[in-house]
Amino acid sequence: MDKQRRKFLKIAGASVVAGLGAPAIIKLSGTPAHAAGGHAAPAAGAHGAHAEEAPKGVRLGMVIDMRKFTDKPELLDSAISACINAHNVPQFPDKKNEIKWLWKAPFENVFTDQSAYHSSKRVAETDFAVLCNHCDDPPCVKACPTQATFKAESTGIVAMDFHRCIGCRFCMAACPYGARSFNWQDPRPYIKKYNKQFPSRMKGVVEKCNFCAERLALGQEPACVEACKGTGAITFGDLNDAKSELRVVLDKEFTIQRKPTLGTKPSVFYIV
Amino acid sequence: MYNKGTIIPGLIIFVLFVTFPIWFNGFTTAGDLPKPELPPGGEKHCIASAEYMRANHMQLLNEWRDNVLRDANREILEIDGVKYPKGLQQACMACHSQKEKFCDSCHTYAAVDPYCWDCHLTPNEAGSKEATH
Repeated sequence: MDKQRRKFLKIAGASVVAGLGAPAIIKLSGTPAHAAGGHAAPAAGAHGAHAEEAPKGVRLGMVIDMRKFTDKPELLDSAISACINAHNVPQFPDKKNEIKWLWKAPFENVFTDQSAYHSSKRVAETDFAVLCNHCDDPPCVKACPTQATFKAESTGIVAMDFHRCIGCRFCMAACPYGARSFNWQDPRPYIKKYNKQFPSRMKGVVEKCNFCAERLALGQEPACVEACKGTGAITFGDLNDAKSELRVVLDKEFTIQRKPTLGTKPSVFYIV
Repeated sequence: MYNKGTIIPGLIIFVLFVTFPIWFNGFTTAGDLPKPELPPGGEKHCIASAEYMRANHMQLLNEWRDNVLRDANREILEIDGVKYPKGLQQACMACHSQKEKFCDSCHTYAAVDPYCWDCHLTPNEAGSKEATH
């Protein structure tokens, strides 16, 4: 009897040790592979998110040359009004209801991860042209519960299907650029002039820049690009086409993007 | 029969009440079939037969919507030599320019309230703010 109890306790003790120890051993043996994988990703990411896994196919983008807009401030106004007219964008008198497709903002609000300390007078005094960045990895698309906003694979445009928008505003919370606006009231009375080729929106729908997908389909340039034609203030084109005008500008000039550290990979570049 | 005086008028009232929809429509215009007005421009051809369009225009519009927005397929349809860009405002209402006399006539009759025009502009609506600029 004694002998059996002794044997039982030994086996029980060994089992407890094995049970506690096994996960630790498995973890130890698995560690090298894990560690390698874990470190490699941020290292690659740190060297410019764009160098890796650039998406294939057409990917529309834009370079905004702020030097041109500083020289001619009325140019940006005409681009903004071209956008408003093209898309029936309402002009609400109250700033908190503002609907923004292409709008103006000061440098420190646009490039929040850049220092504005002792910035040049020109930068400090100019309003920047801001619009949807049509990110490669758009957080708004992930947030949308109805797929009303989605990435158009053939162009890289972050598009919206207003029919499906339920007005939950998750996308507005997700977008780090503030590029989405909500219609708190019926926009129709606040549209100054209708473009009859384009719909308006209704109360309770989110809207944003669509890179003029409807104009591109007709072989036209986006409205803002057309408004700045000949000045070189906005260059539009395919980021993946090495011969595009856009790439020529990108190859020549030093450009910055809005909040690149977030990893959304914006398609809009700025020459400051 | 007991209580003849109450039962017979009661039955008459009951029958009149139950057949209300039938005789009411006979006396009023509520039951008349709607007559949607054809395009004021005199166009005779649509993208499909009237029977097909009457039954299926809603599915067709949904298909167009998905083609244009979701699949970026904005191919312009050409039917009998006439070009139709896919779109309610651009194709349909280019000919059927009077929503009130065309679309609404059947929609009201069928008591359906499609929300197309919450966003899409009828030519009348679009025209109302064109001259002001």
